[in-house]
Amino acid sequence: MTYVTIILTNILISNFILSRFLGICPFLGVSKQVETALGMGLAVTFVTTVASAATYLIQRFILYPNLEYLQTVTFILVIAALVQFVEMVILKSSPTLYQALGVYLPLITTNCVILGVAVINVQESYNFGESVVSGLSAGIGFTLAILLFAGIRERLELIDIPESLEGFPIALISAGLMSIAFFGFQGLFDAFLS
Amino acid sequence: MRMGFLWKTLKNGIFAENPTFKMVLGMCPTLAVTTAAATGAWMGVAVIFVLAMANMVVSLIRDFIPDKIRIPCFVVVIASFVTMADLLLKAYQPDIHAKLGIFVPLIVVNCIILARAETFASKYSVIPSIVDGLGMGLGFTAALTILGSIRELLGAGTIFGFQVMPAAYEPAVVMILPPGGFLTLGFVLGFINLMGKRKKGVC
Repeated sequence: MTYVTIILTNILISNFILSRFLGICPFLGVSKQVETALGMGLAVTFVTTVASAATYLIQRFILYPNLEYLQTVTFILVIAALVQFVEMVILKSSPTLYQALGVYLPLITTNCVILGVAVINVQESYNFGESVVSGLSAGIGFTLAILLFAGIRERLELIDIPESLEGFPIALISAGLMSIAFFGFQGLFDAFLS
Repeated sequence: MRMGFLWKTLKNGIFAENPTFKMVLGMCPTLAVTTAAATGAWMGVAVIFVLAMANMVVSLIRDFIPDKIRIPCFVVVIASFVTMADLLLKAYQPDIHAKLGIFVPLIVVNCIILARAETFASKYSVIPSIVDGLGMGLGFTAALTILGSIRELLGAGTIFGFQVMPAAYEPAVVMILPPGGFLTLGFVLGFINLMGKRKKGVC
């Protein structure tokens, strides 16, 4: 039951991008094409899952109970190392994807989804299994939102819009409308918890 | 130090290269904490502190850091100041700290700060770096306060907690919910584009 709640919350009810505002930079930056968006989503999903597991262990066995004030510093260093690793793997396995992701790949380090999910796991005092599930579903939620958004943006390219709204403004307004749509999932929460 | 250069650096962050409206950096806190003018402004204050201090330290140590590991070094410096800001806010402004929540530790991953360390503080001496941090921080604060005011005005009828709209005004709650963040920023950016064009005489 808790696992189901975590998964539904992270993917639909409070989607990391559309209702928690985590990971907006890659959401706006790498969403021009569906393929690159998918690649970015998968890379982020992998990193959030592994980072959730790693940060849980660090928090539980090293930082707790005396060194908790070092949380931010240690978490960000662990995440940076993980991202470096993922970068090497992608470069070896798919150079085309590496090219397409470009500067946004090393920037996964500064993607708030990853540090965000690590901090949320600690705040909600999830156990190991719950942390990993939370990381995985956060990544899936991110992928879902960025994929849908990329689909919309591919169409926006072809539409005639007011000149001053081109680019970022129209992207943000479409994201706002998507966010309203995702707001409808709030009902799921009541259905599941009451 | 030439005062003119410092003044220009300061103004650059607030207007010409405003991190929110012109560079479109640091979007996550921009959208998340602007549900009210006060939370936006306090987020800005925390960012001013971190930006100015991180720029100062990065500028001081810029000659000692090997080029290849500079990014991790910058991140550690930034994370230390974020931890300080987090603890200070928790001690002196517990209400605001609770409202900002997870976005205080997340200042670490605010792209503005790393971007300034990389593009400015690692190239210039200490005083201009601090001024650059202050300017960028002020620009960010101004942007967040403006967005927060718009959302609070439309979504609750108040600004900084003071009733502005007439009592008959029905607040549009959607503005302080997540969708309102995207919509407000989208329209404000569009408006700024429109003004920019008008000034150049295109429109």
